[in-house]
Amino acid sequence: MADTFTFELVSPEKLLFSKPVAMVTVPGGEGEYGVLSGHAPMITTITPGVIQIYEEENAGPVERIFVAGGFAEVSQTRFTVLAGEAVPVSDLNRAALQEQAKAIAGKIDSANEHDLAALKTQQDVIAAKIQAAA
Amino acid sequence: MPSLKDLKNRIASVKSTRKITSAMKMVAGSKLRRAQENAEAARPYAARMERMLSSLAGDLTPSESSPRLLAGTGKEETILLVVMTSDRGLCGAFNGSIVREARRLIRQLEEEGKTVKLFCVGRKGRDLLRRDHADKIVQAVSEIGRKRLSYDDADKINAKILEMFDGGEFDVCHLVYNRFQSAMTQIVTVKQFLPFAVPALSDVDSASGKKAAEERAAFQAALEFEPDEKSILEALLPRALAVAVYGALLESAAGEQGARMTAMDNATRNAGDMINRLTLNYNRSRQAYITSELIEIISGAEAV
Repeated sequence: MADTFTFELVSPEKLLFSKPVAMVTVPGGEGEYGVLSGHAPMITTITPGVIQIYEEENAGPVERIFVAGGFAEVSQTRFTVLAGEAVPVSDLNRAALQEQAKAIAGKIDSANEHDLAALKTQQDVIAAKIQAAA
Repeated sequence: MPSLKDLKNRIASVKSTRKITSAMKMVAGSKLRRAQENAEAARPYAARMERMLSSLAGDLTPSESSPRLLAGTGKEETILLVVMTSDRGLCGAFNGSIVREARRLIRQLEEEGKTVKLFCVGRKGRDLLRRDHADKIVQAVSEIGRKRLSYDDADKINAKILEMFDGGEFDVCHLVYNRFQSAMTQIVTVKQFLPFAVPALSDVDSASGKKAAEERAAFQAALEFEPDEKSILEALLPRALAVAVYGALLESAAGEQGARMTAMDNATRNAGDMINRLTLNYNRSRQAYITSELIEIISGAEAV
Protein backbone atom coordinates (compact mmCIF):
# COMPACT_ATOMS: atom_id res chain seq x y z
CA MET A 1 0.00 0.00 0.00
CA ALA A 2 1.15 3.50 -0.81
CA ASP A 3 2.23 6.01 1.82
CA THR A 4 -0.64 7.78 3.41
CA PHE A 5 -1.09 11.07 5.20
CA THR A 6 -3.91 12.58 7.19
CA PHE A 7 -6.35 14.66 5.27
CA GLU A 8 -8.61 16.97 7.22
CA LEU A 9 -11.56 18.89 5.86
CA VAL A 10 -12.94 21.43 8.31
CA SER A 11 -15.88 23.76 7.97
CA PRO A 12 -16.47 26.53 10.51
CA GLU A 13 -19.21 24.46 12.07
CA LYS A 14 -17.45 21.13 12.34
CA LEU A 15 -14.70 18.75 11.39
CA LEU A 16 -16.05 17.01 8.30
CA PHE A 17 -13.36 14.57 7.33
CA SER A 18 -10.25 13.30 9.02
CA LYS A 19 -8.76 10.10 7.69
CA PRO A 20 -5.52 8.75 6.30
CA VAL A 21 -5.56 8.96 2.50
CA ALA A 22 -3.13 8.34 -0.35
CA MET A 23 -3.86 11.36 -2.49
CA VAL A 24 -6.10 14.40 -2.59
CA THR A 25 -6.67 16.81 -5.45
CA VAL A 26 -7.95 20.28 -4.67
CA PRO A 27 -8.90 23.28 -6.80
CA GLY A 28 -6.19 25.75 -5.81
CA GLY A 29 -6.25 29.46 -6.42
CA GLU A 30 -3.76 29.01 -9.25
CA GLY A 31 -5.01 25.78 -10.72
CA GLU A 32 -5.93 22.36 -9.47
CA TYR A 33 -3.20 20.39 -7.77
CA GLY A 34 -2.76 17.02 -6.15
CA VAL A 35 -1.17 16.33 -2.82
CA LEU A 36 0.67 13.08 -2.10
CA SER A 37 2.44 12.02 1.04
CA GLY A 38 5.66 14.00 1.56
CA HIS A 39 4.49 17.11 -0.27
CA ALA A 40 6.44 20.28 0.45
CA PRO A 41 4.75 22.48 3.04
CA MET A 42 2.65 25.25 1.61
CA ILE A 43 -0.41 27.40 2.08
CA THR A 44 -2.80 28.13 -0.75
CA THR A 45 -6.21 29.55 -1.39
CA ILE A 46 -8.98 27.39 -2.80
CA THR A 47 -11.51 28.36 -5.43
CA PRO A 48 -15.01 26.85 -5.66
CA GLY A 49 -14.63 23.35 -7.03
CA VAL A 50 -14.36 19.68 -6.22
CA ILE A 51 -11.98 18.00 -3.82
CA GLN A 52 -11.27 14.41 -4.79
CA ILE A 53 -10.05 11.99 -2.18
CA TYR A 54 -8.14 8.84 -3.16
CA GLU A 55 -7.52 6.08 -0.69
CA GLU A 56 -5.46 4.13 -3.24
CA GLU A 57 -3.19 5.91 -5.63
CA ASN A 58 -4.23 3.92 -8.66
CA ALA A 59 -7.90 3.47 -7.92
CA GLY A 60 -10.56 6.07 -8.57
CA PRO A 61 -11.55 8.70 -6.03
CA VAL A 62 -13.49 7.32 -3.06
CA GLU A 63 -15.07 10.60 -2.26
CA ARG A 64 -15.80 13.79 -4.14
CA ILE A 65 -16.69 16.84 -2.09
CA PHE A 66 -17.64 20.24 -3.41
CA VAL A 67 -16.18 23.21 -1.55
CA ALA A 68 -17.10 26.84 -2.03
CA GLY A 69 -13.65 28.28 -1.56
CA GLY A 70 -11.35 28.34 1.42
CA PHE A 71 -7.74 27.72 2.32
CA ALA A 72 -5.42 24.74 2.35
CA GLU A 73 -2.33 24.06 4.41
CA VAL A 74 0.13 21.28 3.77
CA SER A 75 2.41 20.43 6.67
CA GLN A 76 4.79 17.51 7.12
CA THR A 77 2.20 15.12 8.40
CA ARG A 78 -1.09 16.63 7.50
CA PHE A 79 -3.07 18.27 4.80
CA THR A 80 -5.76 20.59 6.11
CA VAL A 81 -8.49 22.27 4.11
CA LEU A 82 -10.46 25.05 5.74
CA ALA A 83 -13.60 25.21 3.65
CA GLY A 84 -16.40 27.71 3.65
CA GLU A 85 -19.18 25.47 2.50
CA ALA A 86 -18.71 21.77 1.77
CA VAL A 87 -21.20 19.35 0.19
CA PRO A 88 -20.66 15.87 -1.22
CA VAL A 89 -20.96 16.02 -4.99
CA SER A 90 -23.62 13.31 -4.93
CA ASP A 91 -25.89 15.67 -3.00
CA LEU A 92 -25.80 18.36 -5.65
CA ASN A 93 -28.98 18.59 -7.67
CA ARG A 94 -28.39 19.94 -11.12
CA ALA A 95 -31.96 21.08 -11.84
CA ALA A 96 -32.29 22.90 -8.53
CA LEU A 97 -28.94 24.58 -9.10
CA GLN A 98 -29.93 25.83 -12.50
CA GLU A 99 -33.02 27.37 -10.93
CA GLN A 100 -30.79 29.11 -8.42
CA ALA A 101 -28.47 30.31 -11.14
CA LYS A 102 -31.41 31.88 -12.96
CA ALA A 103 -32.64 33.56 -9.79
CA ILE A 104 -29.20 35.01 -9.13
CA ALA A 105 -28.82 36.21 -12.71
CA GLY A 106 -32.15 37.99 -12.34
CA LYS A 107 -30.99 39.63 -9.13
CA ILE A 108 -27.71 40.75 -10.66
CA ASP A 109 -29.57 42.66 -13.36
CA SER A 110 -31.45 44.70 -10.82
CA ALA A 111 -28.80 44.85 -8.10
CA ASN A 112 -27.12 48.03 -6.98
CA GLU A 113 -23.37 48.34 -6.87
CA HIS A 114 -23.25 47.51 -3.21
CA ASP A 115 -24.67 43.99 -3.55
CA LEU A 116 -23.14 43.25 -6.89
CA ALA A 117 -19.87 41.79 -5.64
CA ALA A 118 -21.59 39.41 -3.23
CA LEU A 119 -24.02 38.26 -5.90
CA LYS A 120 -21.21 37.72 -8.39
CA THR A 121 -19.45 35.46 -5.90
CA GLN A 122 -22.66 33.53 -5.36
CA GLN A 123 -23.03 33.17 -9.09
CA ASP A 124 -19.50 31.81 -9.41
CA VAL A 125 -20.13 29.30 -6.65
CA ILE A 126 -23.33 28.08 -8.28
CA ALA A 127 -21.68 27.86 -11.69
CA ALA A 128 -18.92 25.75 -10.15
CA LYS A 129 -21.53 23.57 -8.47
CA ILE A 130 -23.33 22.98 -11.76
CA GLN A 131 -20.07 22.01 -13.37
CA ALA A 132 -19.31 19.66 -10.52
CA ALA A 133 -22.72 18.03 -10.74
CA ALA A 134 -22.39 17.40 -14.46
CA MET B 1 -54.82 37.74 57.68
CA PRO B 2 -55.52 36.11 54.33
CA SER B 3 -58.52 33.85 54.21
CA LEU B 4 -58.24 30.10 53.66
CA LYS B 5 -59.42 30.48 50.11
CA ASP B 6 -56.74 33.09 49.39
CA LEU B 7 -54.03 30.82 50.73
CA LYS B 8 -55.27 27.94 48.68
CA ASN B 9 -55.20 30.02 45.54
CA ARG B 10 -51.74 31.26 46.36
CA ILE B 11 -50.44 27.72 46.80
CA ALA B 12 -51.96 26.65 43.50
CA SER B 13 -50.36 29.57 41.70
CA VAL B 14 -46.91 29.00 43.16
CA LYS B 15 -47.21 25.33 42.25
CA SER B 16 -47.89 26.15 38.63
CA THR B 17 -45.00 28.61 38.62
CA ARG B 18 -42.77 25.87 39.91
CA LYS B 19 -43.90 23.62 37.10
CA ILE B 20 -43.02 26.27 34.56
CA THR B 21 -39.61 27.02 36.00
CA SER B 22 -38.68 23.39 36.27
CA ALA B 23 -39.75 22.83 32.67
CA MET B 24 -37.67 25.83 31.60
CA LYS B 25 -34.74 24.43 33.49
CA MET B 26 -35.04 21.16 31.64
CA VAL B 27 -35.31 22.90 28.27
CA ALA B 28 -32.32 25.10 29.04
CA GLY B 29 -30.39 22.00 30.05
CA SER B 30 -30.92 20.27 26.76
CA LYS B 31 -30.25 23.47 24.82
CA LEU B 32 -27.09 23.91 26.80
CA ARG B 33 -25.91 20.49 25.77
CA ARG B 34 -26.55 21.29 22.14
CA ALA B 35 -24.83 24.67 22.43
CA GLN B 36 -21.82 23.02 23.99
CA GLU B 37 -21.69 20.45 21.21
CA ASN B 38 -21.78 23.25 18.66
CA ALA B 39 -19.01 25.10 20.43
CA GLU B 40 -16.99 21.90 20.58
CA ALA B 41 -17.51 21.21 16.88
CA ALA B 42 -16.36 24.68 15.90
CA ARG B 43 -13.10 24.38 17.76
CA PRO B 44 -11.02 22.48 15.17
CA TYR B 45 -11.64 25.13 12.53
CA ALA B 46 -10.74 27.96 14.86
CA ALA B 47 -7.59 26.19 16.01
CA ARG B 48 -6.39 25.49 12.48
CA MET B 49 -7.27 28.96 11.33
CA GLU B 50 -5.20 30.33 14.16
CA ARG B 51 -2.25 28.13 13.24
CA MET B 52 -2.43 29.13 9.62
CA LEU B 53 -2.67 32.78 10.52
CA SER B 54 0.31 32.67 12.79
CA SER B 55 2.28 30.94 10.03
CA LEU B 56 1.32 33.71 7.69
CA ALA B 57 1.56 36.76 9.83
CA GLY B 58 3.53 35.63 12.87
CA ASP B 59 6.71 37.39 11.82
CA LEU B 60 4.98 40.24 10.12
CA THR B 61 5.41 43.53 11.94
CA PRO B 62 2.59 46.01 11.49
CA SER B 63 3.68 48.47 8.86
CA GLU B 64 2.24 50.74 6.25
CA SER B 65 2.03 47.95 3.74
CA SER B 66 0.36 45.38 5.96
CA PRO B 67 -3.40 44.93 5.56
CA ARG B 68 -5.54 47.53 7.29
CA LEU B 69 -7.33 44.90 9.32
CA LEU B 70 -4.01 44.09 10.98
CA ALA B 71 -2.48 47.53 11.18
CA GLY B 72 -5.61 49.43 12.16
CA THR B 73 -6.19 53.04 11.27
CA GLY B 74 -3.32 54.26 13.38
CA LYS B 75 -5.70 56.12 15.66
CA GLU B 76 -7.64 55.19 18.75
CA GLU B 77 -10.33 57.80 18.82
CA THR B 78 -13.56 56.06 18.03
CA ILE B 79 -14.20 52.76 19.71
CA LEU B 80 -16.87 50.32 18.66
CA LEU B 81 -18.15 47.97 21.33
CA VAL B 82 -19.95 44.87 20.12
CA VAL B 83 -22.16 43.91 23.03
CA MET B 84 -23.44 40.34 22.88
CA THR B 85 -26.50 39.54 24.96
CA SER B 86 -29.44 37.18 24.68
CA ASP B 87 -32.80 37.82 23.07
CA ARG B 88 -34.73 36.53 26.02
CA GLY B 89 -34.66 37.21 29.70
CA LEU B 90 -35.07 34.91 32.69
CA CYS B 91 -31.44 33.99 32.70
CA GLY B 92 -30.22 35.51 35.92
CA ALA B 93 -27.45 38.04 35.76
CA PHE B 94 -26.37 37.00 32.28
CA ASN B 95 -27.44 40.17 30.48
CA GLY B 96 -27.12 42.42 33.50
CA SER B 97 -23.43 41.74 33.96
CA ILE B 98 -22.66 42.30 30.28
CA VAL B 99 -24.52 45.58 30.26
CA ARG B 100 -22.84 46.66 33.48
CA GLU B 101 -19.43 45.97 31.96
CA ALA B 102 -20.42 47.82 28.80
CA ARG B 103 -21.52 50.85 30.82
CA ARG B 104 -18.30 50.80 32.78
CA LEU B 105 -16.28 50.68 29.56
CA ILE B 106 -18.28 53.49 28.03
CA ARG B 107 -17.70 55.68 31.07
CA GLN B 108 -14.02 54.86 31.17
CA LEU B 109 -13.48 55.50 27.48
CA GLU B 110 -15.41 58.72 27.55
CA GLU B 111 -13.31 59.95 30.43
CA GLU B 112 -10.31 59.34 28.21
CA GLY B 113 -11.97 61.60 25.67
CA LYS B 114 -12.83 58.92 23.16
CA THR B 115 -15.98 58.48 21.17
CA VAL B 116 -17.88 55.29 21.80
CA LYS B 117 -20.23 53.53 19.42
CA LEU B 118 -22.29 50.49 20.24
CA PHE B 119 -23.25 47.49 18.18
CA CYS B 120 -25.85 45.47 20.08
CA VAL B 121 -26.24 41.81 19.33
CA GLY B 122 -29.32 40.43 21.04
CA ARG B 123 -32.49 42.20 22.05
CA LYS B 124 -31.93 42.43 25.79
CA GLY B 125 -28.71 44.38 25.52
CA ARG B 126 -30.24 46.83 23.12
CA ASP B 127 -33.26 47.36 25.36
CA LEU B 128 -31.13 47.96 28.42
CA LEU B 129 -28.54 50.19 26.79
CA ARG B 130 -31.14 52.19 24.93
CA ARG B 131 -32.17 53.81 28.18
CA ASP B 132 -29.02 55.79 28.77
CA HIS B 133 -26.89 55.33 25.67
CA ALA B 134 -29.44 55.43 22.88
CA ASP B 135 -27.42 57.94 20.88
CA LYS B 136 -24.41 55.63 20.76
CA ILE B 137 -26.14 52.59 19.32
CA VAL B 138 -25.25 52.52 15.65
CA GLN B 139 -26.28 48.97 14.86
CA ALA B 140 -28.46 46.38 16.51
CA VAL B 141 -29.31 42.86 15.48
CA SER B 142 -31.46 40.37 17.30
CA GLU B 143 -32.94 36.94 16.79
CA ILE B 144 -29.51 35.55 16.00
CA GLY B 145 -29.58 31.80 15.75
CA ARG B 146 -33.08 31.33 17.07
CA LYS B 147 -33.13 27.79 15.86
CA ARG B 148 -29.53 26.96 15.45
CA LEU B 149 -26.60 29.29 15.45
CA SER B 150 -24.88 29.01 12.11
CA TYR B 151 -21.65 30.34 10.75
CA ASP B 152 -23.64 32.47 8.31
CA ASP B 153 -25.12 34.45 11.20
CA ALA B 154 -21.64 35.26 12.43
CA ASP B 155 -20.53 36.08 8.92
CA LYS B 156 -23.33 38.60 8.54
CA ILE B 157 -22.41 40.38 11.76
CA ASN B 158 -18.79 40.34 10.75
CA ALA B 159 -19.64 41.80 7.35
CA LYS B 160 -21.47 44.67 9.04
CA ILE B 161 -18.54 45.40 11.31
CA LEU B 162 -16.06 45.29 8.45
CA GLU B 163 -18.24 47.53 6.35
CA MET B 164 -18.27 50.11 9.11
CA PHE B 165 -14.52 49.74 9.48
CA ASP B 166 -13.99 50.29 5.79
CA GLY B 167 -16.24 53.31 5.99
CA GLY B 168 -13.92 54.71 8.64
CA GLU B 169 -16.62 54.80 11.27
CA PHE B 170 -14.37 53.53 14.04
CA ASP B 171 -10.71 52.81 14.77
CA VAL B 172 -10.78 50.05 17.33
CA CYS B 173 -13.37 47.39 17.99
CA HIS B 174 -13.89 45.26 21.08
CA LEU B 175 -16.22 42.36 21.63
CA VAL B 176 -18.00 42.23 24.98
CA TYR B 177 -19.48 38.82 25.63
CA ASN B 178 -19.97 36.10 28.21
CA ARG B 179 -17.41 33.37 28.03
CA PHE B 180 -18.84 30.04 29.03
CA GLN B 181 -16.98 28.40 31.84
CA SER B 182 -19.52 26.11 33.40
CA ALA B 183 -23.28 26.05 33.71
CA MET B 184 -22.87 28.07 36.89
CA THR B 185 -20.31 30.63 35.79
CA GLN B 186 -20.01 32.84 32.79
CA ILE B 187 -17.11 35.21 32.62
CA VAL B 188 -17.64 38.63 31.12
CA THR B 189 -14.91 38.98 28.55
CA VAL B 190 -13.71 41.97 26.60
CA LYS B 191 -11.70 40.98 23.59
CA GLN B 192 -9.98 43.16 21.06
CA PHE B 193 -11.42 42.47 17.64
CA LEU B 194 -9.97 45.12 15.38
CA PRO B 195 -7.18 45.71 14.60
CA PHE B 196 -6.70 42.00 14.58
CA ALA B 197 -4.21 40.63 17.07
CA VAL B 198 -2.32 37.78 15.47
CA PRO B 199 -1.74 34.90 17.84
CA ALA B 200 1.99 34.57 18.29
CA LEU B 201 3.60 31.33 17.24
CA SER B 202 4.94 30.79 20.72
CA ASP B 203 1.40 30.89 22.12
CA VAL B 204 0.27 28.18 19.79
CA ASP B 205 3.22 25.97 20.52
CA SER B 206 3.87 26.65 24.17
CA ALA B 207 2.03 23.51 25.21
CA SER B 208 4.15 21.19 23.11
CA GLY B 209 7.45 22.57 24.29
CA LYS B 210 10.54 24.08 22.80
CA LYS B 211 11.45 21.29 20.44
CA ALA B 212 8.13 21.60 18.67
CA ALA B 213 8.71 25.31 18.36
CA GLU B 214 12.04 24.71 16.68
CA GLU B 215 10.55 22.22 14.27
CA ARG B 216 7.84 24.70 13.65
CA ALA B 217 10.36 27.38 12.78
CA ALA B 218 12.07 25.06 10.29
CA PHE B 219 8.72 24.28 8.75
CA GLN B 220 8.00 27.96 8.63
CA ALA B 221 11.10 28.63 6.56
CA ALA B 222 10.18 25.94 4.07
CA LEU B 223 6.62 27.13 3.58
CA GLU B 224 5.52 27.99 0.11
CA PHE B 225 2.63 30.24 -0.66
CA GLU B 226 0.31 30.17 -3.59
CA PRO B 227 -0.54 32.76 -4.87
CA ASP B 228 1.56 34.87 -2.46
CA GLU B 229 1.73 35.52 1.23
CA LYS B 230 0.03 38.86 1.13
CA SER B 231 -3.00 37.95 -0.94
CA ILE B 232 -3.62 34.85 1.12
CA LEU B 233 -3.43 36.92 4.25
CA GLU B 234 -5.86 39.42 2.81
CA ALA B 235 -8.33 36.68 1.96
CA LEU B 236 -7.80 34.89 5.24
CA LEU B 237 -8.23 37.83 7.62
CA PRO B 238 -11.94 38.53 7.11
CA ARG B 239 -12.55 34.82 7.48
CA ALA B 240 -10.55 34.70 10.69
CA LEU B 241 -12.56 37.62 12.03
CA ALA B 242 -15.84 35.90 11.19
CA VAL B 243 -14.55 32.85 13.05
CA ALA B 244 -13.80 35.06 16.05
CA VAL B 245 -17.36 36.41 15.97
CA TYR B 246 -18.73 32.92 15.57
CA GLY B 247 -16.69 31.70 18.51
CA ALA B 248 -17.93 34.54 20.70
CA LEU B 249 -21.53 33.93 19.65
CA LEU B 250 -21.23 30.25 20.46
CA GLU B 251 -19.73 30.97 23.87
CA SER B 252 -22.45 33.46 24.55
CA ALA B 253 -25.20 31.07 23.46
CA ALA B 254 -23.85 28.32 25.69
CA GLY B 255 -23.46 30.81 28.53
CA GLU B 256 -27.04 31.99 28.14
CA GLN B 257 -28.44 28.50 28.44
CA GLY B 258 -26.17 27.77 31.37
CA ALA B 259 -27.25 30.94 33.15
CA ARG B 260 -30.89 30.22 32.46
CA MET B 261 -30.55 26.69 33.75
CA THR B 262 -29.00 27.90 37.00
CA ALA B 263 -31.53 30.70 37.40
CA MET B 264 -34.45 28.36 36.80
CA ASP B 265 -33.00 25.79 39.17
CA ASN B 266 -32.90 28.43 41.88
CA ALA B 267 -36.40 29.58 41.05
CA THR B 268 -37.71 26.03 41.26
CA ARG B 269 -36.10 25.56 44.63
CA ASN B 270 -37.43 28.87 45.94
CA ALA B 271 -40.92 27.99 44.73
CA GLY B 272 -40.65 24.71 46.65
CA ASP B 273 -39.69 26.56 49.86
CA MET B 274 -42.53 28.97 49.35
CA ILE B 275 -45.03 26.16 48.87
CA ASN B 276 -43.89 24.57 52.13
CA ARG B 277 -44.27 27.85 53.98
CA LEU B 278 -47.67 28.54 52.52
CA THR B 279 -48.89 25.03 53.22
CA LEU B 280 -47.85 25.36 56.83
CA ASN B 281 -49.69 28.65 57.03
CA TYR B 282 -52.71 27.14 55.39
CA ASN B 283 -52.86 24.21 57.80
CA ARG B 284 -52.46 26.48 60.78
CA SER B 285 -55.25 28.79 59.70
CA ARG B 286 -57.47 25.82 58.99
CA GLN B 287 -56.90 24.43 62.44
CA ALA B 288 -57.49 27.81 64.03
CA TYR B 289 -60.68 28.10 62.07
CA ILE B 290 -61.91 24.66 63.17
CA THR B 291 -61.02 25.38 66.77
CA SER B 292 -62.81 28.69 66.82
CA GLU B 293 -65.86 27.10 65.21
CA LEU B 294 -65.90 24.36 67.84
CA ILE B 295 -65.63 26.91 70.62
CA GLU B 296 -68.55 28.77 69.15
CA ILE B 297 -70.68 25.62 69.03
CA ILE B 298 -69.76 24.58 72.56
CA SER B 299 -70.32 28.00 74.07
CA GLY B 300 -73.59 28.21 72.14
CA ALA B 301 -74.69 24.86 73.64
CA GLU B 302 -73.66 25.95 77.12
CA ALA B 303 -75.69 29.11 76.89
CA VAL B 304 -78.89 27.17 76.25
